[in-house]
Amino acid sequence: MIEIKNVSYAIGGAKILQDINTVIPKGSVTALIGPNGAGKSSLLNLIGRIEPLQTGTIDVDGQNVTTSHSGRLARTMAFLGQHTAVASRLRVSELVAFGRWPHCHGRPGPEDHEKVADAIAQFSLRGLADRFLDELSGGQAQRAHLAMTFAQDTPWVLLDEPLNNLDMAHSRILMRKLSDLRDAGKSVVIVVHDLNQAAAWADHLVAMKHGRVVVSGAPDEVLTPDWLSALYDTEVQVLRYADRPLVLSHV
Amino acid sequence: MSDTVIAPSQTQRRFPLWRNPILWLFLLLILSCAMWLFQGISGNYDFILMLRAKKLGALICVGAAVAVSTVIFQTVSANRILTPSIMGFDALYVMMQTLLVASLGVAGFAALASAPKFLLETGLMTGLALALFGTLLHRGARDIARMILTGVILGTLFRAGSGLLARLMDPNAYATVQSVSFANFARAQTDVLSIAAVVTALALAAAIWLGPRLDVLALGRERAISLGLPHARIVILALVLVAILVSVSTALVGPVAFFGLIVAGLAHMISNHMTGGARHRVLLPVSALVAITILVVGQTVFERLLGQQATLSVVIEFAGGLFFLWLLLKGKIR
Ligand SMILES: Nc1ncnc2c1ncn2[C@@H]1O[C@H](COP(=O)(O)OP(=O)(O)OP(=O)(O)O)[C@@H](O)[C@H]1O
Ligand SMILES: [Mg+2]
Repeated sequence: MIEIKNVSYAIGGAKILQDINTVIPKGSVTALIGPNGAGKSSLLNLIGRIEPLQTGTIDVDGQNVTTSHSGRLARTMAFLGQHTAVASRLRVSELVAFGRWPHCHGRPGPEDHEKVADAIAQFSLRGLADRFLDELSGGQAQRAHLAMTFAQDTPWVLLDEPLNNLDMAHSRILMRKLSDLRDAGKSVVIVVHDLNQAAAWADHLVAMKHGRVVVSGAPDEVLTPDWLSALYDTEVQVLRYADRPLVLSHV
Repeated sequence: MSDTVIAPSQTQRRFPLWRNPILWLFLLLILSCAMWLFQGISGNYDFILMLRAKKLGALICVGAAVAVSTVIFQTVSANRILTPSIMGFDALYVMMQTLLVASLGVAGFAALASAPKFLLETGLMTGLALALFGTLLHRGARDIARMILTGVILGTLFRAGSGLLARLMDPNAYATVQSVSFANFARAQTDVLSIAAVVTALALAAAIWLGPRLDVLALGRERAISLGLPHARIVILALVLVAILVSVSTALVGPVAFFGLIVAGLAHMISNHMTGGARHRVLLPVSALVAITILVVGQTVFERLLGQQATLSVVIEFAGGLFFLWLLLKGKIR
């Protein structure tokens, strides 16, 4: 369980997040939704302790993200940000191997090699393992970053817009993998813009706007025409398909 | 899926020993050291060998210090174009030396033994460098152009500061300050050699320990933190090492502006060829070996063959300056 209590965040006087209080349940796939600039990435960065908290507290499985040992937190949660570029020039296999750092600190054992090979295979990167990241297409690079995050093999996985650059097939494969993680007892938090992916795969939604949580709950409760129209300031229709909401927003 | 072609996925590339560049660089270094020590030796063997060994020791310390400090600094600041000297680190050291003379008085300063003096200077330098560059790099400086400008300004400021101080305390001392504003490999200050060697060895050991952490740091701040690296602490430790190593090389031969740039560039080329990535456990030793070899071979050629004691630094700086320009013009600043 991730407990977010009284979290506010400001950058240079601009209020980015205002008094966020919410709980992200364990053992489920949670989707953060909301318009551009709502503060989804900012909140995820705070959970992933990428930026220090200014006010309020965040606990991940009872570990306070500010005071807990960072190395231990890295074995509790894996984080993939919205902007994935890395500074150094790396091969795919090297990048994925960095996912094992929290466990082996640069001295990989057989288990680490196995997990890395497994993550490479899972994201169908075997043929690309020896390529440099800057020699990949956008979607291939995104899969390499996701493989690194999976190799970290943590109880919590935080992904900021992981469907970026992925085609239809790979998007579905990723979402299925995330639900497999959930079925294996892990917990997933993702930021998504495609509400139908959220409707199809998420168990819990947190909708944000202007730095506040507007509504949270099960997809059926959140993905209603009223909430969505208010959230995005635009007309949104919601149908039902296969017993799940189907959001129509393109026309 | 289209790209499930089976290919060997190596997470680590193993080379046969004879293809390991570190081995070849090491042999080359041994050879050049032997040449430096024994070339054309005659007369008072013991005396000449002693003299040459001292100079060699200084060259080794300086090469290792310049190379390792540059590689670390480039990793911490996430670029391949800035060096501690371009950022004004060694100008800071020179200014601090001048400051110490000014505050203790020439006589008081001379009374200090060279080892404690060196340690005092290095300690002060480390503190100052941390205060200045720690804040600059804390957030992972992304704007390289601003960093270069800051470095130029700081460098000029520190040099002007030492000049001003020197003029104020004693017009004659001004000449001394001027003379230490350019490197001279031939007139290495061998009185601080032993303490400098110990400090260098300790700093290098710390750098090797830091190696894998620098690999993680090189991924960028966000990745490093999410992998559990104590980012701020590692950046500070890296800066401390850089400050110490710059103190060593500046104390021994004076400021070297562009040498580190060439060495780091070469080391990255060699290590890319070897491991395919910036593995600091490879990069750091390779850079040190390259730097020392260039200095020893260069000094042998210029001092023994051409009879030009003081020219090496000028040539190196000129080549380094051209390399710097080339990097800038090609836009290779990452
Ligand atoms: N470094 C920064 N300095 C100033 N403002 C920032 C900074 N980073 C983000 N913001 C602002 O904070 C607000 C929230 O940004 P955030 O990235 O969290 O939005 P988001 O919900 O992830 O949006 P998107 O869907 O476009 O990714 C935005 O208004 C943005 O302009
Ligand atoms: Mg975002």
